[in-house]
Amino acid sequence: MRKNITIQKFLPILCGLMLAFAVHVQADVTDIKAALLIEKKPIPPALSNLDPVLTDEGVQGAKLGIKDNNTTGQFTGHSYTLAIAEVPVGDNVREAFNQLVSKGYRYVITSVNTETLISLSALAAEKGVLLFNIASADGTLRTTECGANTFHMLPSYEMKADALAQFMLKKRWKKWFLVKGSDANDVLFAKAIKRSAKRFGVKVVEEKTWTFDHDARRTAQADIPVFTQGDDYDVLVVADVKGLFGEYLPMNTWLPRPVAGTQGMAPRAWHRTHERWGAVQMQNRFYEQAGRWMTDIDYSAWLAVRSIGEAVTRAKSPDVKTIKSFLLSDEFSVAGFKGTKLTFRSWNHQLRQPVLLATPRSIVSVMPQKEFLHPRTYLDTLGYDKPESNCHL
Amino acid sequence: MMNMIKKTLIMLVLSVVTSMALADTLYITLEKDNALAVVDGETGKLLKTAPLGQRPRGIALSEDETQLYVAASDDDTIQIIDIKTLKVVGNLPAGEDPETFRLHPAGQFIYVSNEDDNIVTVIDVDKKEAVTEIAVGVEPEGIAVSSDGKWVVNTSETTNMVHWIDPVSNTIKDNTLVDPRPRAAAFSTNGSALYVTSEIAGTLSKLNVDTKQVETKIGFKIPGVDKELIQPVGVLVHPNDKLLFVALGPANRVAVVNMQTFKVEKYLLVGQRVWNLAFSPDLKRLYTTNGVSNDISIVDVASLKVTKSVRVGHYPWGITVKK
Repeated sequence: MRKNITIQKFLPILCGLMLAFAVHVQADVTDIKAALLIEKKPIPPALSNLDPVLTDEGVQGAKLGIKDNNTTGQFTGHSYTLAIAEVPVGDNVREAFNQLVSKGYRYVITSVNTETLISLSALAAEKGVLLFNIASADGTLRTTECGANTFHMLPSYEMKADALAQFMLKKRWKKWFLVKGSDANDVLFAKAIKRSAKRFGVKVVEEKTWTFDHDARRTAQADIPVFTQGDDYDVLVVADVKGLFGEYLPMNTWLPRPVAGTQGMAPRAWHRTHERWGAVQMQNRFYEQAGRWMTDIDYSAWLAVRSIGEAVTRAKSPDVKTIKSFLLSDEFSVAGFKGTKLTFRSWNHQLRQPVLLATPRSIVSVMPQKEFLHPRTYLDTLGYDKPESNCHL
Repeated sequence: MMNMIKKTLIMLVLSVVTSMALADTLYITLEKDNALAVVDGETGKLLKTAPLGQRPRGIALSEDETQLYVAASDDDTIQIIDIKTLKVVGNLPAGEDPETFRLHPAGQFIYVSNEDDNIVTVIDVDKKEAVTEIAVGVEPEGIAVSSDGKWVVNTSETTNMVHWIDPVSNTIKDNTLVDPRPRAAAFSTNGSALYVTSEIAGTLSKLNVDTKQVETKIGFKIPGVDKELIQPVGVLVHPNDKLLFVALGPANRVAVVNMQTFKVEKYLLVGQRVWNLAFSPDLKRLYTTNGVSNDISIVDVASLKVTKSVRVGHYPWGITVKK
């Protein structure tokens, strides 16, 4: 924090004088330091050369958030900076985190896996640091392993699955064929799908695990029709988080059925085709800065930085305790280009938000829709509701 | 009997006279059709449609009412349209992605928000030159000018502020933090108050122009309409400073607010995603552009009843009215 002591001392006298000058020139600038902690992942096997591997996912979103905060900061006397700490595969993330804390960082945006986040959450609560999860959609972080100082910016698998289920229920597609991969995240998403099916009275009539390990590009037309035979169903739901085979399911199923889930029509926090509620401006600003489209992780990072900015501006303080209680108060909300204000769930610190259902070239729907009622807010029809979560933060 | 006929005749003549006095023409930008719709305000008839630049949004009449200014957002320009021929006769350098703009009452300068660049561009209409750029908050949106010309305000949607611009020096003199996603602003006719809508918070704030502080604010409640759908956008003050009108976006309603009590008197059901508002010159009618239902609604101001809706084309956005 840069503070001009002389000015502070004579503040009452100076106040009148300062008001006479242009008020937007802030004599007293407060620094807010945020850090982005990234646990590097092994580069996944290349399915095709369609999409380049992103090396700056999350970084671009956080940077744009800092830029936005500083545009506001010039009028409020706040200056935001971002440090980026990348931890190579296999290195100690806790150590990197401790280093950030010793350098005075109290707002840490984390792009780390579930286990790492659980261990960091305990550390963060101990050291009075706020964590903002932008990478793990794992439901356990929202229902059993909640951290007192951990906020989740990314929708959970359960929120995404509920969004899909509500949409399909509205279409009366009530019989699902579930195809999952064998990766840990595939299992989590499949579990979330089954939870949603039960929650909304939908039936999973078939469930199969994709175990083929040959190149699906060459064999999809032969393998998938055979693989997708079975009981009749309305829609094929796929759980393939890494995208190893899911892209090849549409148009190759035995019965002519739509595909939804991680591929086909997919639940997303953000999508390049989203343009309602002022989203076009966001898409333009991001593309201009990054030279590519915004991903869910970038969007979550942007939201994390913007949430810190909103809380600092309105609570008029950079103090961690004040900011934490403000983030959880009724006064807090952040605008995320989704047509409604976004707030945190008090019991597990998940950011309430609409989920987009997108195909590669269009937004099919924005969930939840108003037919799904909830006594608190319609947004709480997605994901773990208060009575379902074991977290009581 | 004679008396009856006389009476009827007088009524007839009167109605013809008044209807002549009431005649007005509406000019409406059609965001998705890249076109201008021209509507007769009294009959509600769509008279014609003329082509415009890409993504036309903000629209205003020139001071002498012979030309229209239209922000063609995707062409990064404000087009000048001859009102008689409806042909484009010139362009104003409006910066990138111009959306909302206002003409200063002195008639020479236009203030336009450039959403992508976080600036307000000031254009000299006579010289067709951009005079200056004023750095404001993230995603500048609404622009309003006080009727005495002393203040120009701009709202920034992501910074959540009202920026108070002095049009003499074209610098910001003050900033007021308001509720999330401020959209439109309007001064009271006497210039003492500024009204600002916040789309995401669902509120209307009243700011004191002397202190620049938020004095009070109200929310909106409509039975049977989800509160998330109540998104205040356009705001229009009646010149008598007694009533103001707030377009509530996807709630498909216009709220009528009593300016003395600062309470909602009535909600008027209009078309879908109601956006911008305008009065007829005689103040008898209120017009609303409804983006999703592709129409405008016509409201009788005295009885506060919606009398008509007129299909005009895809995504009607801005509206201006000429006598």
